[in-house]
Amino acid sequence: MAQAPALPSGFELPLEPRLPRIGSVDQVAVEERAASLSRRSIKRESKLFALDLAVRMMDLTTLEGADTRGKVAALCSKAMRPDPADLTVPPVAAVCVYPNLVPVALERLGDSGVKVAAVATAFPSGQSPLEIKVEEAASVVEMGADEVDMVIDRGAFLSGNYAKVYDEVRRVKEVCGDAHLKVILETGELGTYDNVRRASLLAIAAGADFIKTSTGKIQPASTLPVTLVMLEAIRDVHEETGRKVGMKSAGGIRHAKQAVQYLVVVHETLGPEWLTPDLFRFGASSLLNDVLLQIRKEKTGRYQSPDYFTLD
Amino acid sequence: MTELERKQDRSPVPSAFEYAPAPESREIVKLQERYGLFVGGEWIEPRSGEFHPTISPATEEPLAEVAYAGAEDVALAVDSAREAFENDWSELAASERAKYLFRIARILQERSREFAVLESLDGGKPIRESRDVDLPLSAAHFFYYAGWADKLEYAFPNRKPRPVGVAGQIIPWNFPLLMLSWKIAPALAAGNTVVLKPAETTPLTALLFCDVVRQAELPPGVVNIVTGDGRAGSELVKHPGVDKIAFTGSTEVGKEIQRTVAGTGKRLTLELGGKAANIIFDDAPLDQAVEGIINGIYFNQGHVCCAGSRLLVQESIHEQVIAKLKRRMGTLRVGDPLDKNTDVGAINSKEQLERIKELVAAGEEEGAEIFQPPCRLPEKGWWFAPTVFTNVAQSYRIAQEEIFGPVLSVLTFRTPDEAVEKANNTPYGLSAGVWTEKGSRILSMAQRLRAGVIWANTYNRFDPASPFGGYKESGFGREGGRHGLEPYMRFE
Amino acid sequence: MRLPVNKTYKLYIGGDFPRSESGRSYEAEGANVALASRKDVRDAVRAAREAFPKWAGLTAYNRGQVLYRVAEIMEGRRAQFAELTGDEAEVDLAIDSWVWYAGWADKLAQVLGSSNPVAGPYFNFTVPEPTGVVGVVVPEEPPLAGLVAHLAPVIVGGNAAVVIASERRPLAAVTLAEVLATSDVPGGVVNLLTGRKAELAPVLASHMDVNAIDLSGADGARSELERLAADNVKRVVSNGDGQSPWHVAAFLELKTVWHPIGV
Repeated sequence: MAQAPALPSGFELPLEPRLPRIGSVDQVAVEERAASLSRRSIKRESKLFALDLAVRMMDLTTLEGADTRGKVAALCSKAMRPDPADLTVPPVAAVCVYPNLVPVALERLGDSGVKVAAVATAFPSGQSPLEIKVEEAASVVEMGADEVDMVIDRGAFLSGNYAKVYDEVRRVKEVCGDAHLKVILETGELGTYDNVRRASLLAIAAGADFIKTSTGKIQPASTLPVTLVMLEAIRDVHEETGRKVGMKSAGGIRHAKQAVQYLVVVHETLGPEWLTPDLFRFGASSLLNDVLLQIRKEKTGRYQSPDYFTLD
Repeated sequence: MTELERKQDRSPVPSAFEYAPAPESREIVKLQERYGLFVGGEWIEPRSGEFHPTISPATEEPLAEVAYAGAEDVALAVDSAREAFENDWSELAASERAKYLFRIARILQERSREFAVLESLDGGKPIRESRDVDLPLSAAHFFYYAGWADKLEYAFPNRKPRPVGVAGQIIPWNFPLLMLSWKIAPALAAGNTVVLKPAETTPLTALLFCDVVRQAELPPGVVNIVTGDGRAGSELVKHPGVDKIAFTGSTEVGKEIQRTVAGTGKRLTLELGGKAANIIFDDAPLDQAVEGIINGIYFNQGHVCCAGSRLLVQESIHEQVIAKLKRRMGTLRVGDPLDKNTDVGAINSKEQLERIKELVAAGEEEGAEIFQPPCRLPEKGWWFAPTVFTNVAQSYRIAQEEIFGPVLSVLTFRTPDEAVEKANNTPYGLSAGVWTEKGSRILSMAQRLRAGVIWANTYNRFDPASPFGGYKESGFGREGGRHGLEPYMRFE
Repeated sequence: MRLPVNKTYKLYIGGDFPRSESGRSYEAEGANVALASRKDVRDAVRAAREAFPKWAGLTAYNRGQVLYRVAEIMEGRRAQFAELTGDEAEVDLAIDSWVWYAGWADKLAQVLGSSNPVAGPYFNFTVPEPTGVVGVVVPEEPPLAGLVAHLAPVIVGGNAAVVIASERRPLAAVTLAEVLATSDVPGGVVNLLTGRKAELAPVLASHMDVNAIDLSGADGARSELERLAADNVKRVVSNGDGQSPWHVAAFLELKTVWHPIGV
């Protein structure tokens, strides 16, 4: 129940007009709100729309030490044409890979419109010198990545060195050029919703185009309440400054039903304006097949088997 | 632009991400055309000969004919309760009494969907609430007090606790089954028998509860249900065979009951009205506080005696809170109580709707600024849009009188002292809310607010283990917890 | 031969000893005693209301010491009380009663309160709190022990009291007021009126700023007084539970506080 500390003294937020109050978050209430939203049921037509949208919002992801050209190539094929048996299913938003695999992804995706997102800045820990991180980000941009998913330095954040976190995001943003910058907070390591809110506002102040929950390497990854807290920060910034920041929920979202719940939370918190791949993304790998399965179920009225959907 | 890009762009963002009408099926509820009185374990025709329809407030459709008990009917019920008390019930081992209550709890859980649908149908409250709040809490209440039945000596050490005898219980229409549970569970656990009178406009779940009594094989006469209007309640209060009266309802009727009981030696507990302050300090977790405000006043259409109907906001965040509140109000779905996505249901009765309208008109006339989010209200039935008044002065009627509807009055304060002063400046004292991140301030506010229930950084939470009841004109006695047993005991 | 100096028996309101504002008196136990009026009741309630927050805000330990101090001072005037009551045993009973209740002050919350295991992530506890201003119509007999038996449980919990003393035997009560005035009981916490119960009790029972009333000494008029008490939903005690914490509890509210448990 202690009062949430403000940013350190002498640390001025450069964003004008000013950011909303940092404030605090009540864990129990925010979890209850998320749970109650997850019990909403949406219309059947809306459901198909939602599933279709979920596909279009997906950053199909592979981030393994074992990733190869072959693995990434297969993923790209899936990204462009998720359901070969149903061409009305749209392509996903992006493919998300490690820096070394950016050229492969670019090559395979060609002019399909599916974006290439690269993780950078010593993903997933962020525990490298700043110059190396900046260089890594610059290099993926140079290679042609459309989007950069950076991680914040949680060590710095948790030790109260907010300025370092801020500076790093700022520096990386500078080298991003036209590439979109998604800032991963790794909420599973931040410990409290207060910290999630604080980190969200910090990342936004430093220039993030998107804020993103997780690397996928830490449990818990994305949860509904954590997403709600971040969306509320985005909403407060929007209301205060008019600026629109995107949100990416990544990790732990495996089922179509969960995806729809996320969309309900986005809709209730930020309205239909945010229901676009430009402002909301799912970072996932196994989610896609379940969404495809549900789309076919909605269309055929029959429950489906995973045997009919490719594993890539 | 490639084929795929075009395809990506093609799907429009819908103007509204629509929620399905997700109505609970009414099929699960089998209503009789007409209900008698439940006396001595049997359905009897009312000696009064009077029946009236009970009406669904969402559609104005009559659901069933319900008996209106007269003096003779009430007397029969009291006699039956007395007989059951003197014979079967008081001779029963306490551990067996406990098992009856456990049975009731389980049956309520098993039939919860049926009860939830009926509650929403008869009372107009959203199924989301009857399903997630009323029913689970009702079952939990029986489960909680079941455990006390054979442990009373531990609840009241050295006091030789004994049952009072026959309890006459009168309940309101806002939480029909839950209030029944709050009344019957502790009364039976303590070893009493009861005559319960449900509210005039919401008798159906109490009548369905008689079937639970049958399934639980409760001895006849232990629970008697007499439906009717205020006359039946008054007969029950006056009847010399009743040892204890428990009433939940308006302060006005509560006072009348206290006068009637004066000098008779009958035990009395009253749970009456309120005009609770919900206080938001500038360091509160704002988005959750806004949820708390919403839950505080629009829960059950504001038909809640402990509703947070007076919002006290610290001036420094007034604008921000109101903006957030209005935005959130815009997402409330008002309509069919049986729709699982409905947040705000129907107003319980035409009379109640008239009262709400009258007070809202008074608020506008006195100069407060009204806001209602755009929402289409159904044509049939009784409805009132979620409403907030800003620029309210402490002296306005809407800041003083209990509206018992989805109407919030917003006042501001500058310092904690001023907040306490305004919050306590009322004859009521049922509940209050405090929102702040500062621990010591929470405890200080909790101490200084003159109300029986203080919700800090939350609102409208209920639990069978948690005592509930008011200060001042909000009544006396507690329901829930160990404290809730005491009104049903006498001590040798 | 020395002529004794007689005492003037006055009211005790807000820590002062005024005569009745009506200027009236009546003869009881061979002395002229103030005959309080409705306005004296009004003044007494006002004094009690004013004294209430501070008294309720003292620590329970502190209140316990104040009550014990009353017993100490009474002990020193044992002989005087014995002479007034004509019953040494009654005086001892009264003194011991103060001591007994003094010890309760900092135990009430532990015996009457609770921590409640609710089904959710909430810390939930219930504590007793004083109800406010309490009217006490004291039984006629015994005049001293009866008064203490009905006054001590009211104030030990933090309430402020307006007491109507035994009508026929008020002298011990006024003398007790002198004890209270010279012990550490803040002025206004106990206000003592002497006079006609039939005149004063209805005023007290119908007073909208009195939160609870003990009608143990109201005798025949009880029904009517209970009816009047309903006007502001007063808590009414008709007999009391004898010397016990339950008697104290009758003048306490229970406050339940919820707070979420989260990080």
